[in-house]
Amino acid sequence: MRIRVAHLYPEYLNIYADRGNIAVLESRARWRGFELEVERVSLGDELRPGAHDLLYVGGGQDREQALIAPDLAARGEAIGQAIAGGAAVLAVCGGYQLLGRFYRGRDGEELPGAGVFPLETVAGERRMIGDCLLECELEPGAPTTLAGFENHAGVTRLDQGAEPLGRVVAGYGNDGESGFEGVRVGTAVGTYLHGPLLPRNPWLADWLLERALEHAGAEVVELALLDDELEREAHVVAAARARSRGGRS
Amino acid sequence: MRVRVPLPLGIAAARAVGGLSRLVGAGGGTTVPGKVLSTIDPDVLDRLAARLPLGSAVVSATNGKTTTAAMAARILSPRARLAHNASGANLRSGVTSALLSARDAELGLFEVDEAALPEIADRVRPRAVCLGNLFRDQLDRYGELEHVAERWRGVVRALGAEAVLVVNGDDPQVGDLSRERTGSVVFGLDDTRQAVPELLHAADSKWCLRCGKPYEYAAIYVGHLGDYRCPACGHSRPALDVVARDIELRGLEGVDFTLEARGETRRVALSMPGLYNVYNALAAAALTLALGASLDEIVAGLSGFAAAFGRFERIVVGDRTVLVLLVKNPAGANEVVRTLVSGGPPKLGVLALNDEIADGRDVSWIWDVDWEPLLAGLDRVVVTGERAAEMALRCKYGGFAVDAIEVVPELDRALDRGLALTDAGGELVVLPTYTAMLALRDIVGDRGFVRPYWERAA
Repeated sequence: MRIRVAHLYPEYLNIYADRGNIAVLESRARWRGFELEVERVSLGDELRPGAHDLLYVGGGQDREQALIAPDLAARGEAIGQAIAGGAAVLAVCGGYQLLGRFYRGRDGEELPGAGVFPLETVAGERRMIGDCLLECELEPGAPTTLAGFENHAGVTRLDQGAEPLGRVVAGYGNDGESGFEGVRVGTAVGTYLHGPLLPRNPWLADWLLERALEHAGAEVVELALLDDELEREAHVVAAARARSRGGRS
Repeated sequence: MRVRVPLPLGIAAARAVGGLSRLVGAGGGTTVPGKVLSTIDPDVLDRLAARLPLGSAVVSATNGKTTTAAMAARILSPRARLAHNASGANLRSGVTSALLSARDAELGLFEVDEAALPEIADRVRPRAVCLGNLFRDQLDRYGELEHVAERWRGVVRALGAEAVLVVNGDDPQVGDLSRERTGSVVFGLDDTRQAVPELLHAADSKWCLRCGKPYEYAAIYVGHLGDYRCPACGHSRPALDVVARDIELRGLEGVDFTLEARGETRRVALSMPGLYNVYNALAAAALTLALGASLDEIVAGLSGFAAAFGRFERIVVGDRTVLVLLVKNPAGANEVVRTLVSGGPPKLGVLALNDEIADGRDVSWIWDVDWEPLLAGLDRVVVTGERAAEMALRCKYGGFAVDAIEVVPELDRALDRGLALTDAGGELVVLPTYTAMLALRDIVGDRGFVRPYWERAA
C-alpha cells in the first residue's frame, strides 16, 4: 500500500528542519513495508481533491510566510475537504498559524489564513522561546507526551470549544497563559513545536501514518512495533530540558 | 548619585579580576574584567575605544568572524599594536576586556556578535566595519535573519562620515548594504569552476530583496553566497572591488587563489581548507586594505596564518592526531562536510552536540545540515555531548546503520572511544559544537596536549 503525501511550499517553509519530519514519516512507513510518496505542492500548483493521504505544512521566516500566505489562504476549502475526508495533516509553527483565520503582525498588517483551524494569531510583545513538554491524549485512554522546542512571537487563541493538541507541562504553548498548546481537528494536528518534532516523538509519526493509511483505504491499521530505543532516549533528554528550562526566555 | 571611578583605577581593578579568574581555574578571564568594569562604569567601552590613536575596526558575520579578525590581526600586527578579542569573546564584555588587557594599543580590531553589533558600533565608533555574511543561525537567540539584516542597515546608516564599509557582495542581504554608502568596498568570488550545481536544502535569502522572486545564480559558492541576479527586477550582485579568482582547493591541506584589488594581483596560499576560508581571507584583505595595508603585507599575513583556535585544528595526542572542525550552524557545517569529503572522506567520525546558549539551545539545525555525503563514507560514528541521542537520530534517519552508531554522551569517554578505534599514526575527525569544542580542548589540555586558548590568544 502506498501513502501519498503533499508537502506544501517546501522551498519556502523549511526554517526548522521540516524535512526531518518528512524523513521520519518516510522511514517509518518504509520499515513497515509501505511506500511513501512525497509530492511538492508550491505556489500555483494544483492540490487535487482526495489525491493525498497526508498534508504537511512547515514553518518559515516572516518574509517567506508573507510570500506564500495568499496562495495558502486560497486553498482553505481544498484543505478543509481533505480533513473532512479523513486525510492526516501536520502543520508546524508558521504553517500552524496560517491554517488559522489570520496572522496579525506587530505592525498591524494581517496575513490571510486558510481558515481550517478554529483559531487566530496576533504577534505579541515577547518571543516565546524554549524547550516545551506537552501531555496529549489523541486516542482516549492512551495519554502520552510530546517534547519539542518552540520559538514564536505569535499569540494563538483557540475558539471556544476548540480542542488543543495538548496540555503544557513545561513551556509557553499557544499563548503563554492558557496552558494549552496546538490544535486538533479530527485527523489534523497543528503545533508550535518545530523542527525535529517527529524523531523524538515517534508515536505522533505513527499516529499520522495510521490516519493516512486509513485514508488510503487500509481496513485495520496496526503498525508493527519498531526498535525506538534512540528515540526514547532523545525524548527523555528533551523532556528533561523542558522541565528544567522551558518557558523562561 | 553615581560615583564615577577614575578610569586608571577601574582598569587596574578589572585586570586583577581577570588574573584571578584564570588563577582559580574559572576560565580564560576573557570577559570577566569587562563585565566588572562595565558595572562600575557603564560608558567604559566608549572611553577606552576613544583613547585608541588609530581608532577601531569591527568584523561581524554569522560565519567566519573569528577567523577573519584573526587574519586581519596577523596582517596588521607589524604596522600597529592591536587590541584584539582573539579568543572569540565578542559581546560588549569581551571587547571591553580586550581593550583592558592590551596596554598601549594603537588600533582596536574586534570581532562582534551579529546581535551586539548595533550597541558596540555605537560605543566604539569604528573607522571601518567589515560585514561577512548572514546565515540562519541560532534563531532561538538571534531571531530571524531579516531582523538581523535590518539592524545591520541601521548600523551602516549611523556610521561616522569618515568610516569605511566593507561588505561581502556575494550575500544578497549584506551586499545590498554597500548601496547605503558611497565608497563602500565590496568583495566576492569570481571562479565558476568552484560553483556548486544548486542551492542546498537550507539555503537562505533565496528570494529577491526587492521583489520577492527567486534569484537566478550565475554561480553558487557557499550556501546562498554567489553571483545572483533577479530576473524580474534586476537586483543583482554589486560590482566587486576585491576579488578571488583561479581558486585551487588542496583538500584538507589548504587553498590557493589569486587576489585582485586596485588593478593589481597576487597569488595567495592559505594553509586552511575550503571556499569559506577564501571568503574569510578576502574579508580580511578588503578590511586591511581599507585600513591602509599594502597587498604585499596582506599576502605575507595570510600566508603565515594558522587557524583560529578550534575552527580547524590538528592536535597531536600521543601517537595519533585529532582533527577538530567546529560546527555551529547549517551553512558552516555544510562547508565542513564538503571540505572533509573532498579531502578523502574519513571512515570514523565523532560528532559532539551540546545545547548550551553558545551552541544554540534549539538543536533543530542539525536536521538542516546535509550530513549525508559524510555519512556515506563513514563505517562508524560516535555521537556525544548533551544531545548525543538527538545526533544519533539524525544519523539514523539520514539512512545510517543503527548498529554502527555509538552513543557516548560523556565527551572524555567519547574521545577515548574514538582514539581507540583509530590506528596508531592515524587521524580522528571530531566535529564539535562550540561548548563541546571548548570542553574537548580542556580534556586534551588536561592531558598536556594543547595549550589553553588564552595563552594562544595573548
